[in-house]
Parts: sequence; C-alpha cells; structure tokens
Amino acid sequence: MNAQEIINQLPYGKEFLFVDELLQVNEEFVKGTYTFSKDLNFYDSHFKNKPITPAVILTETMAQIGLVCLGIFLLKDQLNDKNLAFAMTSSALDFMQPVYPGEQVWVSSEKKYFRFNKLSCSVKMENVKGEIVSKGTISGMLLSQGHE
Amino acid sequence: MTKEAIIAALKTIIKPYSEETIVLETLSENTDFIKDLKINSANLVDIVLDVEEKFGIEIDNDSMAKMLTVQATIDVIQSKLGNNAGE
Repeated sequence: MNAQEIINQLPYGKEFLFVDELLQVNEEFVKGTYTFSKDLNFYDSHFKNKPITPAVILTETMAQIGLVCLGIFLLKDQLNDKNLAFAMTSSALDFMQPVYPGEQVWVSSEKKYFRFNKLSCSVKMENVKGEIVSKGTISGMLLSQGHE
Repeated sequence: MTKEAIIAALKTIIKPYSEETIVLETLSENTDFIKDLKINSANLVDIVLDVEEKFGIEIDNDSMAKMLTVQATIDVIQSKLGNNAGE
C-alpha cells in the first residue's frame, strides 16, 4: 500500500483533514507533512485578533498522521471491513512552540507497540526550522464494530 | 506462583488504570475488570502488557480475550508459567 492509497482511506472530510502528504511509511514508522492554510476557520476565534493554531488541532494532526495513517498501513489486509474505525484513547503531549497560520509542519511517529488492536506511538511534530513543536505519546484502539 | 502472590502483583499493575480504590483494595478472584474496576478496553491492553512483563510470559489473542476477571487472569498466568501451585 502506497502513501496516496493510505491518504485515500482516511475517514475525514476536507474541513478536518490534516494530512497533505506522507513522506515515508513502513511497519515501524511514518512521516508526513501538513500546511496550516491561513483560511482555516478557527483562526478567526483562536485567538481574537491573534491567530495561533490550537493545541487540540496540533494533537489531531499528530494523531491523523502518526496514528491513523500508520494504523491503516498496518491493517492493510483488513481494510475491506467497512466497520473498521479508529478511536484515540490517550494522548500525552508537550507543546514547545506555537504554530502560526500558513506554517508547514512535519510529523514523525514511531510505533511503540501494536497489540490486541491497540496502537501506541511516540510522535513528534517539527516546524520548518527543524524545531520540535510538540512531542509525546498517542494511543488508539481499532474498533471493528464501528462506534461503541 | 500462588494465587495470593499473583493477586498482590495484579493490584500494583492495575492501580494506575482504575479509580475504584475500594474495589482495588479488596481485589479478589471474583473481581471483574470492566464491571467492578471500570477499566476500558484500551487500558485492559496495557494491563495485559504489564502482566506479560511482570511475569515474563507471552499472552496470545485467545488468552487476552478470556482475561476479563482476576480469576481468569490468574488461570492464564499460572498455565503460562506451567505452575499450578496454590490450586
């Protein structure tokens, strides 16, 4: 399964898709990138007259690239099952740098374990200067019966 | 390994994953991880991984599926250790 096929499998609509491109993916590791367009609607309100990407959106971006894209790659043989879904079950992240409108970020994620349908990864996000924006651990469960 | 020793080890393993402190203190063979300790499926995976590490065993999918109570977990641990002491 190649990078574009993984992106095509993502369950997000365009307003909530935070993956532009996957640069590398294998059984242990994934790296991808996303550019936060200045037009994203939350910049009007976060914050008033001072747009900064919300940490919750950075978390979502790290989860979409680091956990869901890697999960789709790992589950490539089971993807015919329409009821497959991923649920984030925990995130423990530190945030070191702000991300402003228009910035590009790179997310890399290393698999810690994938056992009993739970995927846990060490994930980090870097900016164009190579500074670490955020790092930590994100985990999710594969749900084979849709929403619980 | 005896049942009592396994229960004592399980108490330590489970503690970070349950807010049910009273149930945890009085943990017995009959305690159910989901009903009594309110542990979700994601944390149950972590408990099983911690059990593997603590007891030096490998737990397969079939055994994992059974491990919903303390009794079932003791049975899995004892059978993997090839040791039925305390039975």
